[in-house]
Amino acid sequence: MSNAEEEAKALVDLGRSVMERAIEGGADVAEAGVHSGSHLSVKVRMSEPELVEEAGSRALGLRVMVGQRVASTYTSDLSEAGQRTLIEDALELARLSESDEFAGPPDPSELSSPTQWADLDTFDEGVSEISADEALSRAQHGERAAFDFDPRITNSEGASFTRARGVSALVTSGGFAGSDYGTYASLVVNPVADDEGGKKRSGYHWSASRHYADLEDSQAVGEEAARRTIAQLGAKKLPTQELPVIFDKDAARSILGLFAGCVLGSSIWRKSSYLVDRVGTRVASDLVDIVDDPLLPRAPGSRAFDGEGLLCRRNVVVEGGVLKTYLMDTYSARKLGQTSTGSASRSPAGGISPSTSNLILKANAQSRDELIAETKHGLYVTSMMGFGFNAVTGDFSRGASGFLIQNGELSDPVSEVTISLNLDQLLQRIDAVADDLDQRTAIASPTFRVSSMTLAGS
Amino acid sequence: MTGRYHAPFAEHGSHAVDADIADRLLRIALEKGGDYADLFFEYSVSGSYVYDEQILKSARRAVSMGLGVRVMKGDATGYAYCEDFSFDAMKRAAKTAAQIAAGGQPLAPLAVSMRDAPNRYPVSVESLDVDGEAKKAILERADRAARASDSRVVRVDASFAESAREVLIANSLGHMARDRQPLIRFGIHVIAEDAGNRQSGSSGGGGRMGLEYFDGQTPEWHAEQAVKQALVMLDAREAPAGEMDVVLAPGDSGILLHEAVGHGLEADFNRKKTSNYSGRVGEEVASALCTVVDDASLEGSRGSINVDDEGQLPTRSVLIEDGVLKGYMQDRHSADFFGTTPDGHGRRQSFRSHPMPRMTNTMLLGGQDAPEDIIRSVSRGVYAKKFGGGQVDIANGDFVFSLTEGYLIEDGKVTAPLKGVNLIGNGPDAMRNVVMLGHDFEVSDGIWTCGKEGQSVPVGVGCPTIKIASMTVGGTQVAGG
Repeated sequence: MSNAEEEAKALVDLGRSVMERAIEGGADVAEAGVHSGSHLSVKVRMSEPELVEEAGSRALGLRVMVGQRVASTYTSDLSEAGQRTLIEDALELARLSESDEFAGPPDPSELSSPTQWADLDTFDEGVSEISADEALSRAQHGERAAFDFDPRITNSEGASFTRARGVSALVTSGGFAGSDYGTYASLVVNPVADDEGGKKRSGYHWSASRHYADLEDSQAVGEEAARRTIAQLGAKKLPTQELPVIFDKDAARSILGLFAGCVLGSSIWRKSSYLVDRVGTRVASDLVDIVDDPLLPRAPGSRAFDGEGLLCRRNVVVEGGVLKTYLMDTYSARKLGQTSTGSASRSPAGGISPSTSNLILKANAQSRDELIAETKHGLYVTSMMGFGFNAVTGDFSRGASGFLIQNGELSDPVSEVTISLNLDQLLQRIDAVADDLDQRTAIASPTFRVSSMTLAGS
Repeated sequence: MTGRYHAPFAEHGSHAVDADIADRLLRIALEKGGDYADLFFEYSVSGSYVYDEQILKSARRAVSMGLGVRVMKGDATGYAYCEDFSFDAMKRAAKTAAQIAAGGQPLAPLAVSMRDAPNRYPVSVESLDVDGEAKKAILERADRAARASDSRVVRVDASFAESAREVLIANSLGHMARDRQPLIRFGIHVIAEDAGNRQSGSSGGGGRMGLEYFDGQTPEWHAEQAVKQALVMLDAREAPAGEMDVVLAPGDSGILLHEAVGHGLEADFNRKKTSNYSGRVGEEVASALCTVVDDASLEGSRGSINVDDEGQLPTRSVLIEDGVLKGYMQDRHSADFFGTTPDGHGRRQSFRSHPMPRMTNTMLLGGQDAPEDIIRSVSRGVYAKKFGGGQVDIANGDFVFSLTEGYLIEDGKVTAPLKGVNLIGNGPDAMRNVVMLGHDFEVSDGIWTCGKEGQSVPVGVGCPTIKIASMTVGGTQVAGG
């Protein structure tokens, strides 16, 4: 048995004991989540170590029901006194809550068991073994690669390397017991260049993976970070106009992230989404297919069972531009008169809500360069700023920077403009999707183009 | 001591920490040759209540506690933490943090003694010690008021969050300080529907105080504000796009200043020369009308602190005076670099994070103009009333803000409400374009939380009515076609 397996077993035992004590104390339903993690984070700046941080932590989350009254508690104090307070507080708060007819655990017949869980390969013992010296040297290498790439890189916000390892367990009075473990390594390089008028341009690039061997080479991360920083030099506003906009895969992912929040069952029953009553209708152009896939090996958002113990499954959310389903946990499914899609996520503090796992907008056949080449005049967006999105109406307006596209080529860098269009229309106006999807993030999209948006500038 | 939740490391706690224990841990932290070490003990309890669909749907409580040990050697920081206060666990954390300085000579810490701190949030009864029924009643009142006020209101949810954070800091320079920081935050969110059109509105507030907050701002008042906002937005039209004059309402608009100017004046960015304000102390960086301060001492304000998270005693820092840059906000690390004294801006999210220079209550002080005159002076522009949030690129000062409530100004009058407005600009440019300042200075109600490098801390903001000549408004309506 590996270290992680042994640790997982200990967490399940602790969870079971807390769950049982809550039931003895008067709870009708009790669910205990236990987390244990450790990490090493280092940062270097101008080649010198700036931070070395190393620590481990453990926490307990408890959710109880008395009748249909719900409460949850959390503690990082695992002492006997800490556990007692956790349980007593939960029971006291449950008696303060009011009965919610939709509240309740999933039916026991829906719960999954270990033989059904897929091996998602999210754990690499090699990640836990990375030493502080090795982490510092990878960060230093990445930063140096950025400086060596171009003499216009004159300063740095630093380069950081982090490794983390987490083990968690869930035990419920409905009869579920399960554990999960994963590792994660990442490298970020953040160089700075001087621009005209005393302005500075800061850019970054990063790599992250479950397995150490999958992490991008430090040299490549540093060079890409430098390339992105230099590319912004001399950025200017553009005049206010309507034009086609290409979102590179980072910017496209951020658009998909807004959609992700609107497709959750919890947003739907709260009427806090422009997608209320839209299942079966067109929500994007026919080029758009979106799946939520928790079962991808080594992916950042992968999970075998959900936060309520249900078996996770691949859900097709949008097919040919038509919305097929919302993503639901048991509670939101009951509110909407449907069944859970196995999308429950349990926060360490004990709350449950639906969430996406790996939400992916599927790649198409065209290359990114072809998309640019067939755009006569347009904006190529590489990053966005601000929080200008209203989920209730879909109204979207954010700051953007990137490049002007002229005659099918990227030309002058652009900053200090905003782009606006209602998200519903934005997704329906997608007229090209590229082939450059990668699995670095739990929400992922290839580059895509929107036929026309409003740009506000000078 | 009354009340239910107290830190184990407090004077009569189960793991009381005194000068002797602090000294022993600091010695271990410095045994590898560090120049400076500090200990940050934290115990934090928080609770939250959500009232939704006319019932108290969820109640939560969380306890988080631990010790963070920091050791510095030159510009390098070693950091480690533990979550229990047994001497062995604390010693391990101190030894881990000490490694940053491997190879140096041990330095003895100075004998620690407790500093007297002021009390900027004298709360007679902390919210955490009040029976839950009282909080339920407040949420119920808000819910009832919002539902009764207009038939177009189709959804209401109200929430209340409370916390108390007890800290004890000791450092190798001999300082020791403690603080207990209470905080409450109330919020209501409504959705109104009319002929298939749906809009939301919200209102909230709080601060470092107890439930007496609701004597001044009643739950009913907040409900009315939220409903009013949602109803106004039902009639909102598409916003204009392009450059025009912008008038910012007093109070809440201070968030723009926090983002556009405040972050760039945090000394870590200037130490690293990555801020567009680097090396510009003494230069004119804003219109002569502008005086900007960061003031930790406002009684009961969300951003106020008695002691910062490095054990310093913060006061009021003048950042910009009559348009001239006076100084940066310092923590210990940056103050050493600039050869000045730390001024109480070292803050951190929790014992799991190292401190960095952060804001407390950031304010642009009031001017001479009557607010009516300011609006009357604009022929076509935008009146920004409520902000959803914003972001800044520290390196060059570019910022973006989104409005949750904004109006068109036409011929000197506030007219139609606008949807989805963003303001985009550059901090120093916007500050140079401040052409009028109202005499109606206000501190925002306590709702703002500031994020930096993944760490969140509560902050306050404040300002008068402000006129900024020519800012880019990001709407969808291109003028002149």
